[in-house]
Amino acid sequence: MRPDSEAELSEMVKAAAALQITGGGTRGIGRATGAVLATTGLCGVQLYEPGALTLVARAGTPVAEIAALLASERQRLAFEVPDLRALLGRTGASTIGGVVAANASGPRRVQVGACRDALLGVRFVDGQGCVIKNGGRVMKNVTGYDLVKLLAGSQGALGVLTEVSFKVQAVPEAEVTLVAERALPQGLADLRRALGSPFDVSGAAWVAGRAMIRLEGMAGSVAYRAGKLRDLLGFEAAPADWSAVRDVTAFAGRAGAVWRLSVKPTAAADLVQRLDLEAVCDWGGGLIWLLDPTGQADVRAAVAGVGHATLIRPLPGMTAPAFPPEPPAVAALTAGLRAQFDPRQIFNPGMMG
Amino acid sequence: MDMPLPDAAIIARKSAITARLRSVLPADAVISDPAETRAYECDALTAYRCAPMAAVLPRTTEEVAAVLRICHQEGVPVVPRGAGTSLAGGSLPTADCVLIGVARMNAVLETDYDNRFIRVQSGRTNLSVTGAIESDGWFYAPDPSSQLACAIAGNIAMNSGGAHCLKYGVTTNNLLGVTLVQMDGTVVEIGGPWADAGGIDLLGVICGSEGQLGIVTEATLRILPKPEGARPVLVGFDSNEVAGTCVSDIIKAGILPVAIEFMDRPCIRATEAFAKAGYPDCEALLIIEVEGAPQEIAEQLARIKAIALQHNPVEFREAADEDQAKRIWLGRKSAFGAMGQINDYMCLDGTIPVSALPYVLRRIGEMSAACGLDVGNVFHAGDGNMHPLILFNANKPGDLERCEAFGADILKLCVEVGGCLTGEHGVGIEKRDLMSVQFNPADLEAQLRVKDVFDPGWLLNPAKVFPLEATASRRGAGASPHTPRIFAQRG
Repeated sequence: MRPDSEAELSEMVKAAAALQITGGGTRGIGRATGAVLATTGLCGVQLYEPGALTLVARAGTPVAEIAALLASERQRLAFEVPDLRALLGRTGASTIGGVVAANASGPRRVQVGACRDALLGVRFVDGQGCVIKNGGRVMKNVTGYDLVKLLAGSQGALGVLTEVSFKVQAVPEAEVTLVAERALPQGLADLRRALGSPFDVSGAAWVAGRAMIRLEGMAGSVAYRAGKLRDLLGFEAAPADWSAVRDVTAFAGRAGAVWRLSVKPTAAADLVQRLDLEAVCDWGGGLIWLLDPTGQADVRAAVAGVGHATLIRPLPGMTAPAFPPEPPAVAALTAGLRAQFDPRQIFNPGMMG
Repeated sequence: MDMPLPDAAIIARKSAITARLRSVLPADAVISDPAETRAYECDALTAYRCAPMAAVLPRTTEEVAAVLRICHQEGVPVVPRGAGTSLAGGSLPTADCVLIGVARMNAVLETDYDNRFIRVQSGRTNLSVTGAIESDGWFYAPDPSSQLACAIAGNIAMNSGGAHCLKYGVTTNNLLGVTLVQMDGTVVEIGGPWADAGGIDLLGVICGSEGQLGIVTEATLRILPKPEGARPVLVGFDSNEVAGTCVSDIIKAGILPVAIEFMDRPCIRATEAFAKAGYPDCEALLIIEVEGAPQEIAEQLARIKAIALQHNPVEFREAADEDQAKRIWLGRKSAFGAMGQINDYMCLDGTIPVSALPYVLRRIGEMSAACGLDVGNVFHAGDGNMHPLILFNANKPGDLERCEAFGADILKLCVEVGGCLTGEHGVGIEKRDLMSVQFNPADLEAQLRVKDVFDPGWLLNPAKVFPLEATASRRGAGASPHTPRIFAQRG
């Protein structure tokens, strides 16, 4: 199924028994079943006002198209959309609706927040075929409940996104990365010191024994802050590939299960050392990607109390759910919301457990 | 402004209900004497007043849960209150409600610079969150102008913003976790000191839900290292349109000031007469503040100056020192007080796309002339969040009604140009009946369904946010769409 309009989508939803919602099919995780519903027919940028930093696009618009349009005005999506195709062994063209449904966010999260923080408005079709809008295209909006945040990262469980609005960002004129060879735990401790400084770090990652700190902004400012951090931490400027951090290319094409952990940053080094797995750390340790060659590590037990873990790429035969189990009171609220927005349980059945 | 008729059956059981509340709270935490409950009869929207049946002032999450369990069992509506600074009537009581004030819950529970968060009880005031960490070089970014008084609980309920959110975001962008007590007394922990709360974003929908989904008793907040310095400039223009274009050009150039404030001529004149800040007498002025080390500030201001000069400003004033910087901010910070010297005023809070600024200001001027009420505009221009201040005389019969009607027309205009009714104050009772201007019935129904999940009995702050007729079938038996006004008396 590939609707070309919101109205057509609404009719399809009303008639459907089970739908596996897909954008470009580049980042779907979990085990959804049902007839495939592609949103790629709902496509095109509806509005772009560079002077107001605002972009509105239909959900099926390819991310690449949006990136190119923004680049023509020297702007971008601030939250750095991860491209996980190589990691997940997928092809296809990522859509902006899929990005929102996954709340997919890259290294700049430490400075500007996640996809959900840049998202200003949504339109979506709920499980009964109702078209619903929330938020809008302005930067500040507290009119009614914030269903925009609710939909961001909902993995399609509450509705099929049809349109999304973003606050975008001007591309800064200068960027510098400072690096140092640092083992754990020192590497992450240095990143936390940088993030705790007034020097406005826009990336703080640790990959293969190398700690990296990114600074962006006006040329003079970047040079000043780089000098300060060099003095503070002993790092040196060096070329760096932040897309490799964002896309976790270190684990692409390698056998094993891949986990994504959101943790209290100070817990990260100990967690990685205890599990004794290869790790890529981002967000100053707040985000950990783990490669488990055998799929035997009890990652969820290890992370209990300091964060949570999502199984991004399971090995065949692994039975752990993709999404972290929730405490009963939270699970009850989540189930209640799903029952309200998708009473027939037709969206991505089986995916979020 | 109508409110539901209080439920006489509940009021008849007042002494039994307050006795139960006293059984779970210390004696000084339950207030039921009408002479004392009057202290809670309104928030900062003082035109509307109604004392609660009882007010309770718990000190812990457990006490909040115990009170809510009782109210749930008794079917009593509950109105949560932070510091009572809402401009939208978010904590206006009803005569049959128990008001839960969190003001005594003001402790700092944990400060963790290494993980960049602070955990506080929700009754702590916004400014005292920063107060607890600033000597170590840290701050909490959202800065509503009531920050000296307003509580974090209310900030979370209203998703409060402030002058500096252009760079740092509003409350929802700085909230990592909450302890939420549901209406039935269930205590839920959502999120924590990690970046993503996980699962469906409950935290995102709780923030800004105006106390209708639960009572937040503790919050984990993101904190930031203080910038090395900050400095404002003042730029005056002879046209609103040119000032608006200048704002847009600055933003487009990739400069990210922490604040861009805008004042129009009526507001400049009122402010000047009141505060004597030495502002130029011009059509529009901008106050633009940047942050960083001295050389970073100089670099940004040079860029801003270059852009501003292309638009032939009547004035470009830099601050050579701290004293001059203070003078630049003086008028802006006195603006509300200055307008209040002239008359009573109503402060609106609509947001518009920045590109619609000149058109909206022109229309507001025309509408002001047509209805005979003066209006001054002072607002956060970088994000389009307007604060028109409509002047009226509360002692003149009919003036409040005229002012409210004018205000409603301005908010409708905001929606018409692609904006919204409220950017940072919240809906409360003030904009409740305008919600259907912005949302169609399906959009509203989707929001009501969220409340159905958290509070199926519709007991928490039930007569707020949504038009009464849209919620009548959900609220208790006392609800009626055609109900008398409680009060419209200014004090």
